[in-house]
Amino acid sequence: MSAIQPNVREAVSDELALVRAAKRGDDQAFEELVRRYDRNVFRIAQHITQNREDAEDVVQDAFLKAYGNLNQFQEQSKFYTWLVRIAVNEALMKLRRRRPERMVSLDEEVKTEDDSLPREVADWSPNPEQMYDQAELREILTRTIQGLPAGFRTVFVLRDVEGLSTEETAQALELSIPAVKSRLLRARLQLRERLSRYFQKRASGDGN
Amino acid sequence: MKCKEFLTELTNYLDGALDERTKSELEDHLAWCHNCYVVCDTTRKTIEIYRNSQLYELPEDLRTRLRSAIMAKCCQQKKPGPQKT
Repeated sequence: MSAIQPNVREAVSDELALVRAAKRGDDQAFEELVRRYDRNVFRIAQHITQNREDAEDVVQDAFLKAYGNLNQFQEQSKFYTWLVRIAVNEALMKLRRRRPERMVSLDEEVKTEDDSLPREVADWSPNPEQMYDQAELREILTRTIQGLPAGFRTVFVLRDVEGLSTEETAQALELSIPAVKSRLLRARLQLRERLSRYFQKRASGDGN
Repeated sequence: MKCKEFLTELTNYLDGALDERTKSELEDHLAWCHNCYVVCDTTRKTIEIYRNSQLYELPEDLRTRLRSAIMAKCCQQKKPGPQKT
């Protein structure tokens, strides 16, 4: 009986099915997982390491580690969260190697001051993104986020850029949920303040 | 709600994770406190700008090269000679 096969790829399109197939030795399934998440891993890695070559290494190392340890993945979280955890660890190792003089840890004590209300509050122009061309904007955003401590940067990237939930971010970074929330707030406020230098409303009539 | 409390709740507010009552207290505060309104609005914009920024996109040629390298190394990792059980 030659019934029309339903689209096979579609049948295994969901993540867990791919993971299980890969565990059974189906390399095509694993390759599909690579295809699905390589861009994310690269972005996360480059945000953390701030170095393109390191980010390329992290992509390779993270997927290889995932491949080698696939049977240890207990399926209690999403595969992606597990992969992100591996990638973050690889990226932090790269960063430590490159900057041994500076302790790089996600656990660094983050002092949450109560009196941390921004002192200077400048409103932004209505369309800040249109104040600069694409390349300039990218340069500003890169420089700004690179100025954040690694612990803040990582939480911001996972939560706000990659869209992981607070719980997933906590799992991926092995932090508590309050720790994630407190770092996220500090990261967001610091970025906001730094970006304000570029995006604040120009005083009207500044035609000098 | 005071400015300090607003700041404590800001992340939950932006993430849509506040209960209705706290949310409406916070919005009442924003209605009269211009500074907090600006902080809230520009923090939201900060998140949106980064989310839409497409920083560090992986170029397609590099992507293909990395994937080939990964898959080649995966094959090498497999033990030579399949172990029949």
